Amino acid sequence: MERSGHGGYKVYILTWFWLLVITALEVSITLVHMPKVLMASLLILLALMKVVLIAAYFMHLRFERLSLVYVAVTPLVFAVILFFALVPDALRIPGIR
Amino acid sequence: MGESTATQTLAARTLQEIDQERVLESDWGGGRSPFGVSWAKFMMWIFLASDALTFAGLLSGYGVARLHSGTWPRQGEIFNLWVVATMTFLLICSSATMAMAVGAARRGDRGAAVRFLALTILGGLSFLGMQAYEWTHFIREGARLTTNPWGVPLFSATFFVITGFHGGHVTSGVLYLLAVTVRALRGRYSAEGVEIAGLYWHFVDLVWVFIFTLLYLI
Repeated sequence: MERSGHGGYKVYILTWFWLLVITALEVSITLVHMPKVLMASLLILLALMKVVLIAAYFMHLRFERLSLVYVAVTPLVFAVILFFALVPDALRIPGIR
Repeated sequence: MGESTATQTLAARTLQEIDQERVLESDWGGGRSPFGVSWAKFMMWIFLASDALTFAGLLSGYGVARLHSGTWPRQGEIFNLWVVATMTFLLICSSATMAMAVGAARRGDRGAAVRFLALTILGGLSFLGMQAYEWTHFIREGARLTTNPWGVPLFSATFFVITGFHGGHVTSGVLYLLAVTVRALRGRYSAEGVEIAGLYWHFVDLVWVFIFTLLYLI
């Protein structure tokens, strides 16, 4: 196996292919009728899969040290905390300012 | 007095017991690079982490606005999903050609690197063209930053701010890549320089994954 997959284009073409497959899945999910919560969870799951693919192979994070991976993942953790910290406020008396 | 001498001896002994060489050899001991990358690449990662938090703030604000308003216009009836899917397709393709440009630059194949960089720029420009078309369409239907015909003012406000901020990132990315390409043509470039530009470009694609999902699909 080529060291850290840097040499060939094969890894990039495979990543590109799966990103397109997931995008096609995402679009088709919106065309199917299903409960809103299920659809949202499926779409977020697929989006996270795409993000992992891009970060791991296009941005080479898979071949970097774990400490650098932590640098990249930290903002995502903060983003989730930020969102869920705001949810209770957003849901209080919906529709009324 | 006797006690303080004892403490001093203890301190001296502890110092002796610390093997300075081993400390320096450890990742965080000061003698090495804990992240295993050059300063330039690390600074780009730090910038991307802070930029990711900016988008996190914008998208959280959007989430709160949408949850709070109770109703939200159906995006599928307002935007042409196929246009947006094509924009996503273009950005994914440009990310792939960017990765290939990095691969070519690492192998020392300057011609291939320049060709792939040019393709990446073309992808970015096509994305921007389609976004301009989408914005024009949206504005012609009556959408403004503070009002729109669909009843929820924050719908168009969040749309313009978030896609505008992302579009600004694509625009600066195109300019950045143009600079890298011109330098590569003159032979004044390094594989790492191309890679760092690539990190920025992939990040813009990565953010679009969230925007595409949260603003258009959900």
